[in-house]
Amino acid sequence: MSTKHHQAGSHPPSPGEQQHPIGVYLKIWLLLFLLSTGSYLVDFFHLQGGLRWSLVLIFMALKAGLIISIFMHLGWERLSLKCLVILPPIAILVLIVFMASEGRYTSDSRDNHFTAYPQQEYHP
Amino acid sequence: MAIGKPSHSSNPQPAMHSLVADWSADKQTFDVPWGKLMMWIFLLSDTFIFSIFLTGYMNVRMSTTDTWPNPSEVFALEIAGTHLPLILIAIMTFVLITSSGTMAMAVNFGYQGNKKRTVQFMLATALLGAAFVGMQAFEWTKLISEGVRPWGNPMGAAQFGSSFFMITGFHGLHVSIGVLYLAIVAIKVARGDYERSGYQIVEITGLYWHFVDLVWVFIFALFYLW
Repeated sequence: MSTKHHQAGSHPPSPGEQQHPIGVYLKIWLLLFLLSTGSYLVDFFHLQGGLRWSLVLIFMALKAGLIISIFMHLGWERLSLKCLVILPPIAILVLIVFMASEGRYTSDSRDNHFTAYPQQEYHP
Repeated sequence: MAIGKPSHSSNPQPAMHSLVADWSADKQTFDVPWGKLMMWIFLLSDTFIFSIFLTGYMNVRMSTTDTWPNPSEVFALEIAGTHLPLILIAIMTFVLITSSGTMAMAVNFGYQGNKKRTVQFMLATALLGAAFVGMQAFEWTKLISEGVRPWGNPMGAAQFGSSFFMITGFHGLHVSIGVLYLAIVAIKVARGDYERSGYQIVEITGLYWHFVDLVWVFIFALFYLW
């Protein structure tokens, strides 16, 4: 990846301009197709449990990473811009952890106090 | 990131030095055109909106005591007598990825100064986006006719409908606005409005479009495959 990508007839690059060989995009495009097919096959073959979740999340993370770094050119941007985009969403991970914990608590409360199981019916 | 060295030669110093230099020097911090920076900041705020929607969905799905409808079956279709699980969503995913590819081509041709190809690929991207919205309208119609509502549905947990309409609706709105945005910029490129100022605008439009595809990657994995 160097300045030699600038093809004949193009104007001189201005700062922040992103030009890369078309082959890079075609390869990433193909990879995204393969990864999406992979996620679909996970569902098609009814994979369950840990294997399903890990494959779904791995395919998701790979696709997201390829789109952000190559198609959106973030991999070629300066570190300042990378930090601007990548650091704030870490706060979302904190939110996810809190909300998962809260969701489990709500679920337990409902199971323990609001669900009428036939064998536990209250007979005064 | 290990993708390679920066492709413009203005910053040969290591990344950490560039970070310190950008923030400490008496100059603008971000060495990119302002339009591109503003688009990134907008997309960052949009990231938070979609994250909050998806986190809310996770929370209600975890806490409901009813069974969650199985997306694989809810979104299955009969095509030529064959029962295919989740097929429409898979086709929508491929259409959106294809549109991301054509968008990347448009950006590339823009920087080469090839106006005709840029316009063609941008319009192709807009068409694929419109096809995606069309399929989503079909999906909504099918679910509504099956009795799915934001407050309840015959398949199970009521929260399924509210999460589905909210998340895919907000994403579909983004795609629809993206189609308009692409069409407007493509027409302006064709008119020659950017001959002097350069084709940065195509890359900025592309950032928005790739983001819409990016959000779909998360919706596909977390809503449809979970």
